[in-house]
Amino acid sequence: MYVAVKGGERAIDNAHAFLAEERRGDPAIPELTVAQIRAQMALAVNRVMAEGSLYDPDLAALAIKQSRGDLIEAIFLIRAYRTTLPRLGCSRPIDTGRMAAVRRVSATYKDLPGGQVLGPTFDYTHRLIDFALAAEGTAAQAPLASAPLGPVPRVTGFLDREGLIEDEPASEATPRDLTREPMELPADRALRLQALTRGDEGFILSLAYSSQRGYGRTHPFVGELRIGEVAVELDIPELGFAVEIGAITVTECETVNQFTGSRTQPPQFTRGYGLVFGQTERKAISMSLVDRALRWDELGEDNTGAPVQDQEFVLMHADNIQATGFLEHIKLPHYVDFQSELELVRRLRAGQQGAAE
Amino acid sequence: MTQIFERPAAMGLLARAEPLRLAALFPDLPAHTRLRGPEIGAVMVRGRQGGTGAPFNLGEMTVTRCTVRLAEGPVGHAHVQGRNTEHALRAAVLDALLQTDRAAALTRSVLALLAAEETTRREARARKAAATRVEFFTMVRGEDA
Repeated sequence: MYVAVKGGERAIDNAHAFLAEERRGDPAIPELTVAQIRAQMALAVNRVMAEGSLYDPDLAALAIKQSRGDLIEAIFLIRAYRTTLPRLGCSRPIDTGRMAAVRRVSATYKDLPGGQVLGPTFDYTHRLIDFALAAEGTAAQAPLASAPLGPVPRVTGFLDREGLIEDEPASEATPRDLTREPMELPADRALRLQALTRGDEGFILSLAYSSQRGYGRTHPFVGELRIGEVAVELDIPELGFAVEIGAITVTECETVNQFTGSRTQPPQFTRGYGLVFGQTERKAISMSLVDRALRWDELGEDNTGAPVQDQEFVLMHADNIQATGFLEHIKLPHYVDFQSELELVRRLRAGQQGAAE
Repeated sequence: MTQIFERPAAMGLLARAEPLRLAALFPDLPAHTRLRGPEIGAVMVRGRQGGTGAPFNLGEMTVTRCTVRLAEGPVGHAHVQGRNTEHALRAAVLDALLQTDRAAALTRSVLALLAAEETTRREARARKAAATRVEFFTMVRGEDA
């Protein structure tokens, strides 16, 4: 129960002023600019865009500044801002096959057309603190190959041509949108992918990890992981044609999973899919594992009762803004609820002591 | 030789242009009437399941749109990524001007430069990526020697 109470305005104003001062920190140290955050904290910006479900690096960088680096708070700010925007339309589905990739690796084929392209990765770094970065003025320069990397073919395409992997038939069906209508369960795969791509990275990672450790295992290989820029095309009704309105960086992960076949399907490989805004590799791999695990029903697999196979458990708990809202509301005044419980406990204790005497 | 840009290609170039660069290439806007916007909104970006299958909603992106009419009649549209209203307005005015007899001059002074700069930028990135391609070599083992 909530009771409207008055008072506390001055305390709240002063708390906000205190917050602003703490956010700025020591004024002897130069203030961070939004452009600096966007350029140098790019992976934090990417996470805020992915889970805020709004691609706008400047806005995400500003939200990180405002939230003092609390990324879930920043995501909350982005989600709130998003609700103020009119929807101008829906893009044509992006074509990740035409991605200008900066990274593309496959764990299933060593030698593949286009090759293994490492890109700007933390892999193979020693994970030792680099004290040289504590000094300012370090400008690294990446070497240039003589020829640019062209479009790289899709790895699952190789298996598809041999019929060794399940078909992924194209369609132009309009997907349901969980930002427009409440999510109803069971959710189809399109709705699940939308919920997963904006879900909390830590939660999706833990679910994926649980499936690897045996809770609903799906034997995944990373068929392909690619990161790069794709064009976004929008049909403009006034003009009667589509225009490229911009370009976004995305991370795509396709897993190839062992599948022994079912009554209706021959033994073949099956697919798990991850697609996330920005350079967000851990999230995209996690998403593809969770996507695959959630497909047990349509593939005729057993439900082992693992959390990762339970749509309701996964989809209803993946959103860190919903989770934060419900979790943090318990710190708000519950004076009356607590008073009633206090009364109850006192009464019960009095009754017990009375009976004991 | 003058490059030809069809209208969708030209609109794409204007949308993807860096706003400050576009303003530097085309600083002064001629007389125009704003028919709509510039207005900031969101476009839902879609992906495909498995990269090639049925569409799903990936998330939104900010987009600013604008429609203008020039004094001499042509109407110009722009939808540009981000929240820069000046960018959308400038792109819409240019879209309208590209339908007038100034098209050839603007193609040379704006579009061709934007296209060349974009190609240079993309190629540099693609060459950096290509430099990280793994060249495998196999160690010769004793029994094969």
